[in-house]
Formats: sequence, structure tokens, C-alpha cells
Amino acid sequence: MEEKKLYTVTIFSENTVGLLNQITIIFTRRQLNIETLSVSPSALKGIHKFTITAFAEQDMIEKVVKQIDKRVDILKAYYNTDDELVFQEIALYKISTDELLKLGSVEEMIRKYNIRVLEFNKDYVVLELTGHYKDTQALFDELSHRIGVLQFIRSGRVAITRSRKERLSDMLAEMERKLKKYK
Amino acid sequence: MKKTKSCKMDKKKISGSEILIRSLLEEGVDTVFGYPGGAIIPVFDCLYDFRDRLKHILVRHEQGATHAAQGYARVSGKVGVALVTSGPAATNAITGIADAMIDSTPMVVITGQVSASLLGTDAFQETDVVGITQPITKWAYQIRRAEDIAWAVARAFYIASTGRPGPVVLDFAKNAQTAFAEYEYKKTEHIRSYLPTPDTSVQCLVEAARLINEAKKPLALVGQGVILSNAEAELKAFLDKGDIPAAWTILGLSSMPSDYRLNKGMLGMHGNVGPNMKTNECDVLIAIGMRFDDRVTGDLNTYAKQAKVIHFDIDPSEIDKNVKTTVAVLGDAKYTLEEVTRRMKQNNHTDWIDSFSEHEKQEKEIVIDREIAPGAGPIKMGEVVNLVSEAAGHDAVLVTDVGQNQMMSIRYFKFKRTRSIVTSGGLGTMGFGLPAAIGAKFGAPDRTVCLFCGDGGLQMTIQELGTIMQSDVDVKIILLNNQYLGMVRQWQELFFDERYSETTMKNPDFITIAKAYGIAGKKVSDRSELAAAVKEMLEHKGAYLLEVEVEQFGLVYPMIPAGTSVTNILLGDK
Repeated sequence: MEEKKLYTVTIFSENTVGLLNQITIIFTRRQLNIETLSVSPSALKGIHKFTITAFAEQDMIEKVVKQIDKRVDILKAYYNTDDELVFQEIALYKISTDELLKLGSVEEMIRKYNIRVLEFNKDYVVLELTGHYKDTQALFDELSHRIGVLQFIRSGRVAITRSRKERLSDMLAEMERKLKKYK
Repeated sequence: MKKTKSCKMDKKKISGSEILIRSLLEEGVDTVFGYPGGAIIPVFDCLYDFRDRLKHILVRHEQGATHAAQGYARVSGKVGVALVTSGPAATNAITGIADAMIDSTPMVVITGQVSASLLGTDAFQETDVVGITQPITKWAYQIRRAEDIAWAVARAFYIASTGRPGPVVLDFAKNAQTAFAEYEYKKTEHIRSYLPTPDTSVQCLVEAARLINEAKKPLALVGQGVILSNAEAELKAFLDKGDIPAAWTILGLSSMPSDYRLNKGMLGMHGNVGPNMKTNECDVLIAIGMRFDDRVTGDLNTYAKQAKVIHFDIDPSEIDKNVKTTVAVLGDAKYTLEEVTRRMKQNNHTDWIDSFSEHEKQEKEIVIDREIAPGAGPIKMGEVVNLVSEAAGHDAVLVTDVGQNQMMSIRYFKFKRTRSIVTSGGLGTMGFGLPAAIGAKFGAPDRTVCLFCGDGGLQMTIQELGTIMQSDVDVKIILLNNQYLGMVRQWQELFFDERYSETTMKNPDFITIAKAYGIAGKKVSDRSELAAAVKEMLEHKGAYLLEVEVEQFGLVYPMIPAGTSVTNILLGDK
């Protein structure tokens, strides 16, 4: 059996109601678990971008992406492996101010991880770290181990391809060309 | 109750219901299959004013409306339309929608919906129709404003009928039906996120032609894509020039005449021996508008491993889905077949084609002759099918239900022209037959429509006899009654140690039931009466039920047990 790898699926779609459902049921049907998901407006007005990560065999992810691409409201779907992408996740950590102060100096930790402090009051501190999963997880592990974490949240992945061109504009130009052929 | 004024003009504006109906007329719709109810009453009220231009066939259950729309679409090539209310009506329509999706049938289903202000409140007869139908439609859209109706209808018909066809659901909120809006109809010409027909690469055309030219033992597998693309003539030119034997899937049936010299018969589980055996002998396998369903391929690990595979399809997601291709030819079959044929040399494969005859002879002796000309003993299903086909000049539209009746009628009915088969292939919907036959008759009013069904499937939608009565639909119903759920019984006999769990049927008197609906009929148990009864049925003006008491323990052969190799063919001779 082929090895399962983490794939990042990028989807450009019209911004219509129910699209997320259309996409997720395609994963569900093949019993693929979505690891992370992030949705936001793209650089082009009216077009939304979904970034989804999932562990799968290549053959499977390819079929899933074709099925997604086939949906009427989807402009384009791609998949990539990590080496083809620059990607980030963002994590927020809420910790007790008292516990943090007990550590003595926090400078070392802040420098080590490149942490940003978003909020500081007498009750709690909110730290922010962006990076790969392993980075945000390492800080979580360290904080949990040393002082405990009151709340923790990590975003889905956002990613940009390493290829020089913006795929979305390419793809739209391609669509235009094909549609012109129809008229 | 407040009287609706849905069809009255209000300045330049007209009601949402009228916009819907005018839009349907713009799309060339002449027949709608439906059933009224609370959340769609305004549309039916408006329909009343349009009854001379838009025929509405009142079915007896919403599932029947969808299957009738499917039957209509399959034989006519037009988009079938069903019109039902919200809630239970919409959920009743689900089976037909799923069936149309898996069998790529162009259909638009309009469901009523509660008013937009009530959405999400668990209002009376509210269901999340868009949510439920998203996985089984090409597109599902909720119309909440009268201003969006014409746009949504235009889009629905464009999506349903272009590319790989399929069902579209328009969930029509009641407030939009009664609200007024300006009306201007513009057909959809394109949708920027939807490319119906993918680009065909010239390189693939060249490569496909090269492989076919070099092939010594080519075999073509013909699916419904050929019919959906109206590519029957292009297929014939392609096969003739390459001298390529061809076999069909059950949805590709009738794309080639039965007596065409290169038509080598049916693929798959109950298909002909020749094409199944040759699948694992050919050097180039050419799939045209078919999707390598598991009922066709059996075990994929032993399927055509020796062959180079060329796959013609309009749907890129079908490529490499089940069988890895050597060359994929994307595009509309009408275009791609012509382009590949143009690049092919005139070829000759006489020896290869002749090599089918050994299998044909074997199947004829062991299976076919015993089935269609048993001489003595109980009446066989195949013999009834053969008789009806012959008496109808091999030129009727065949509609089937699902099960043994389906496999037998598909095996033994013969065809002269295309779009002559309506069957539930992918979903295998029992109860499909009767309503689909009604739709088929409206889609091809000048043709004889013969439905073959079993005693199980007929009872799943038997209420549609009422539709036949009310709309005076001339369908010939041939009930192959074996008092069993025959196909399940067959599996129980062959694979479950003859443990006949829940497959015997205690049946009503079907002829009496037909009579209650004013439908003529006759029951035949004796072979000597069969031919005359078939003749009487075909000559009868109007609907007719011919019930034939067939062999109870009949088995459909050949059979490739599920999940085994296509060459593992049981002939029933042991």
C-alpha cells in the first residue's frame, strides 16, 4: 500500500452558500480526515480560497481533488506536498501572569521562539507564535510542561506555492480563453 | 385562505410563479411530471393558466415524478423536469435524483420550500433540500427572491444538459413564488467556474490513433457517453475504419444496432462471454464514454492487465478513477471519435473478430438457446423478452425495472435505433421501471414502449398505474412473475447455501389491480398462449399488463460472481 503523506489542497471557488459542505462531503465519502482548514477571500474580489490539509495516499488525493474541481461553483482545485509550498500556521497561548512571572526571565524563551506578546494584564498573558506545526507545538509543549497553558488555539494552514507565477491569475486567464471558445 | 394573485400583472412585474413557468417554456419544456402540495401551490395555481402550453402529468408519488422525468430525458435527449412540494415530497424525490446523478441523466427537479423567513425554524414541511441533495446533484440552489428565478432556471438547464449531464435541484421558497419581479429571460451561455467540455489535446488524439493503428486485438467498450454526445454515427465510422469489435455497458445499449457486425454484445456481470473473455486478451482496450463500473470490471487487479487502455471521456475525474489509462482522450465523444478516426488507417482484424465466435457458439448452446427456446418446462424470462422484441419488430423502447427482469430483458431485447433503453444502471433502483416507462412514452410518443418488470419492483411503485389511468399513457407492461425477489434469490442459491431469507413474495392478483385502474391485461401461464397474448398486447390501443408466470427458480447466466475476474464466468452448466 502506498504511503500516506500530508497534502495541502488549495481550492478557489465562487463565494456561494454551502460550498464548504460541497467540499467536505467529498472528503467524507472517501473517509479522509481533514487535518486543518482555512477559508478566506482571495486576492480577487468574489473568489474565495480554501486551504485544506489531509493525510492521504497520492492516488486518493488526486481523485478527491478531481471530484472537487468538478463541482460547478469551484474555479480550480490543486494539491501540493509540503516541499512545494511556503506555509504557516498561527497559534495563540493564554497563560497565567503569575505563573509566567515565576519563570523569572522570559526573554530567553521569547527570543528562542520569536514570540509576540499580544496582551498582558495582571491575570493573564496572550502569546502569539506563527510557524509550522512543529514550532507551535514545541512552544505549547514547553509552556505546558513548565507553567501550564490556560487556553490554546491553532489556525489552519495558509500556504503559497514556490512556483513564480500566481496560479489564480493564470487559471482565470485560461478559463477566459476556454470560455471564449464556447461563445 | 388568502387568494393568491400570482398570475395577475402588476405593472411590468409578474409573479415568481409565472417567471418560473415562462422560464421553463423558454427552455423548451413541454412536459412536467409533478405533484402539488402546500409550498408549491402558487406555482400550480399559475400552471393552471398555462395548461395549453405546458403539460403537467400528475403522478402518484414524487419518486414517480423523478423517474418519469428520467425516462422522458433518456429517450428524448431533452432535460426532464419534475415539480414537487417541500419536505416529504422533496425527500421522496431523492431516489430519482440520486439515480439521475449516477446515470448522468439531465433533469431539473423543482421543489417547493417554506418562505425564506421561516427557513431554519423547523417550519411545517421544511427540509434542508439543498443540504440533502448536494452530494447527489450537479448543482443544488435555493431561490429565495423572485428576482433570481429566471437566472437560476437558465443556469439549471445549462448545467443539467451540458458536459456530463446530471440532475439539478431548484429549491423554490414560497415567498419567491408569490413575490413580483421584472422578467427578462436570458439563456446561460457560460459559467466562469464551470467548463462543461474539457480541452482535447491533439497529442492525445495522435497517440490514441497510433495505438489503435498498431493494435492487433483492439476491443472497444461503449458506454452511455456515446448516446449523450449523439455520437452514434461517429462511433460506427470509428469502429468500421479500425475494424474494431465493440461491446456495450447496459447504459450504452442501443447506441449500435443489435445486428451490427462489430457489435459483440454486453459487458459485465451478466454480459456475453465473448467481450468479457476478450477483455483479458485484447492488446488495446478502448473505453468510450463509460466509467469502468465494478459490475463491468469485476476484480480490478485482474482486469485487462495485458492491455494498453485508451479512455475517451468528457469528465476528467473518470480518468484513472478505476482503471489506469495509457492515453486519456478528454472531450465530447462526437468530436474526439471523429478526430481519432481521421487519424486512423483503414484496418482489418478479421481473425481477431472471428475469434469471438467460439465464445458466441458456446454461450448460445449452453445459455441462450435454453433460455429463449426451452421447448418444454416452465416459461423462461428470456423467451418472453425475445418474443416481445420480435413481435415489436426489434424497434420498441425497452424500459426495465431492476433485477433478473432487467438483466434478461437487456440481454435478449434487440434494437435498431439509439435512445431505446431506459434502465437504472448505477443505482439499481427497484421501482424505477413503471414511472420511467410513463416518462419514456411522453418522450417518444410515436414509439412502442415496453416495460419489463418483476413482481417485487412493480409493487414498489405500483401506484403509478393511477398515472397511466389518469393521463391515458400507452405503455406495455410485461410482468415477469416468479413469486420471488429473483436476483437476491439467485445470489442466495449460488452464494448463501440456498438459505432463502425473505425473498419469497405472496402477491396480489395483478390483473385485478390493473383492471381496477382501467388497464387491460392478461395472465399467461401456458407457453402455448404466450405468442398470441404478446400480439394482443402490442395491438391493444392503450396500456396493457401482460403477466407471465415464469420459472420460479430461473437463474441469469452467464454470471461473473461479484469481485472476481471477468474471465471467471459461470454458465450454469454444472
